[in-house]
Amino acid sequence: MTQLQLDQTQIDRARQSARRIARAVYDDMAQFTTTTVERATLRLFGVDGVDENAVPLPNRVVAHLQEHKLLQYGAATILAGAMHEHGLSAQQVAQAVADGKLTLSRPQDESAARQAANTQARAMCQHIAAQRAQRNELVQTLGEGRAPWLYLIVATGNIFEDVAQARAAAEQGADIIAVIRSTGQSLLDYVPYGATTEGFGGTYATQENFRLMRAALDEVGAKVKRYIRLTNYCSGLCMPEIAAMGAMERLDMMLNDSMYGIIFRDINMKRTFIDQFFSRMVNAYAGIIINTGEDNYLTTADAYDAAHTVLASQLINEQFAELSGLTPEQMGLGHAFEINPELENGFLWELAHAQLVRQVFPHASLKYMPPTKHMTGNIFKGQVQDALFNIVSTVTQQNIHLLGMMTEAIHTPFIQDRFLAIQNAKYVFGTMKDLHSEIEFKRGGQIEQRAQAVLAETEAMLAQIETTGLPSAIGKGMFAEISRTPTGGKGLDGVIQKAADYYNPFPHLMLPEALRDRLVGKEASAATAQEMQHA
Amino acid sequence: MLESKLPEQWVKPYGDTLGDGRVQLSFTLPVALDDTSKEGAKRLAAMMGLDEPAVVHCEDMGQGFSFYVVYGQCKHQVDLASFQVVKPEFEVMDKDAINALIAQKMGRRMVVVGACIETDAHTVGIDAIMNMKGYNGHKGLESYHEIRAINMGAQVDSEELVARAIEEKADVILVSQVVTQKNIHLDNLTKLSDLLEAEGLRDQVILVVGGPRISHELAKELGYDAGFGVKSYAEDVASFAINEWINRQAA
Repeated sequence: MTQLQLDQTQIDRARQSARRIARAVYDDMAQFTTTTVERATLRLFGVDGVDENAVPLPNRVVAHLQEHKLLQYGAATILAGAMHEHGLSAQQVAQAVADGKLTLSRPQDESAARQAANTQARAMCQHIAAQRAQRNELVQTLGEGRAPWLYLIVATGNIFEDVAQARAAAEQGADIIAVIRSTGQSLLDYVPYGATTEGFGGTYATQENFRLMRAALDEVGAKVKRYIRLTNYCSGLCMPEIAAMGAMERLDMMLNDSMYGIIFRDINMKRTFIDQFFSRMVNAYAGIIINTGEDNYLTTADAYDAAHTVLASQLINEQFAELSGLTPEQMGLGHAFEINPELENGFLWELAHAQLVRQVFPHASLKYMPPTKHMTGNIFKGQVQDALFNIVSTVTQQNIHLLGMMTEAIHTPFIQDRFLAIQNAKYVFGTMKDLHSEIEFKRGGQIEQRAQAVLAETEAMLAQIETTGLPSAIGKGMFAEISRTPTGGKGLDGVIQKAADYYNPFPHLMLPEALRDRLVGKEASAATAQEMQHA
Repeated sequence: MLESKLPEQWVKPYGDTLGDGRVQLSFTLPVALDDTSKEGAKRLAAMMGLDEPAVVHCEDMGQGFSFYVVYGQCKHQVDLASFQVVKPEFEVMDKDAINALIAQKMGRRMVVVGACIETDAHTVGIDAIMNMKGYNGHKGLESYHEIRAINMGAQVDSEELVARAIEEKADVILVSQVVTQKNIHLDNLTKLSDLLEAEGLRDQVILVVGGPRISHELAKELGYDAGFGVKSYAEDVASFAINEWINRQAA
């Protein structure tokens, strides 16, 4: 479709503002680590399992380090030092700590411990790189669905039921399966363990559940000759740990927003900013596409009035993502079809918003979300709303298409709800396949003017945020009309000031070189690189 | 009794002729599609009370599931005069009238504390009633100058909600339960009302619940003062609240 006439310098200015906003937050947060970043580091060292009270061993070890005032140095060298000194594996050290048989202390030889930590980290990076290579190979050999990819949710609470429904969905045409989490999980400060069969509104994200679903999707993918992507939720109080688990088990996408937890789950701001950086770095390295959550703003605020907040947030999310090493193709920036159906010409504004986002982020894997707020329980009207959403998605060339359910607002989807949703989308995508290249926007018409207006508002909003800083903007309720403060929310007690000689090997191994130089300083980066070579 | 004096009013579903009883339904069977499963779907519809059931559409869904659309004629009818529906008894006023009534009767602002409690993460319901913007052109409680509306958002523990209600000296506690699976909303709602009883607060607050699966009758059963289902707006809730407050003062 012929592009909307947009002022590229205006887009550039907005993006520059977002870049400075994200960088200011990054610089403020670089002095901190969190309990879950350290637990993720332990998981990446191979620590797994739970104690007799079902407390995960990474939690036990991090609690132990906190108790002995050691966490500010980072779990990595202390664990590696203990492994080295006692000739134990990471798991054995964790088990010994949990059993009360071992008290951890700072390593006697810091440099040797760092080298041991690097070695341990490098082994995991090799495993993750191998998973990434396997994904690429499977996509090559099996092929993949044509965009927009059909994204379907399973949410039975029972991983084995989820597997049955996911297989059926893949056979019916789904390209992506997302396993919705049990609603309480984002506020748990630990990751549950093992295969789970009970959850509410979804299924717990556990490493074993990841593994079970991955195996099932690989199997059905081989049958339908299409690589089926697996999605989970890298959000809440355990973002970095979920990222680590997903990287190990070859998930393909993660919901992973830089601000969602702050705004919608009242998770502390500092905690979220620190956690999102580490988790996105892991996702970037693992080749995972992140999905951001701007669609949620529109369930709280009005989709027409708040359209610019979506674009502003996407630009901020993009810049945070860039700081973690994610490529544009790995950025599933989110938006949604949520304008009130009663609004005259609402469809025009949906088209304008979706096309605007497409043009501002030409290489991103945009994620487009279906109507939810104005779904009424009238399933027949709902099917029409979803069809209109499908039209905008194909005409504006979105990438990740979350299928709308006509039973939205009634229950978590039944198997036939998904079946009918896929039929609806396939029909629209097929019958309108090339429509986007056949039609043009009227120059200076209502759609173009609307897109220009939203862009202008976005630029102004970002300029304003830049002057006050992002935390203060969130404090003023500029996103989703919800206000949060830097010291409010859950999880602040897990934010820890790093010691001067804090060390974590993963940023050195996972961040792209150019970024590493920019973020950790060229000299530090070079020194570590040398250390790594000697290890 | 009053009900017995009402003339009988028997009704059944209407398609295109009075009394034809025509209904549609759709469902999935956990078996692959074949002639047997199709006949099974038809017989099942007959057992549901449909005369002349017809499977007008069926499709195999893969992985051992099949989908059916069925039409039939409902055998049953219902006498609308034979029962009464439990409804909160109050007159729904508009925003100005509500504000005026609160000012006149309470002489201060009414305090409403609201939340979507426990595991439920969906703020859409509580936001629709409480937030300034409201829903579908009906402004929310925050826009009522005689109401102090405190929306605590989603996934709020019952304990946290009760603590805030005490702190704010709430006149009304408004809870929302949107998404439910395996009836968890019933446990959540019972927990809150039990907690208020235990704190000795139950009589001091007007306890209201809303959500798509909520009826006034269900709310009463769970120990709430009122329940609001779909198509309820801020003025419905506020009208009930001020009426209930006035009634309690008079009692």
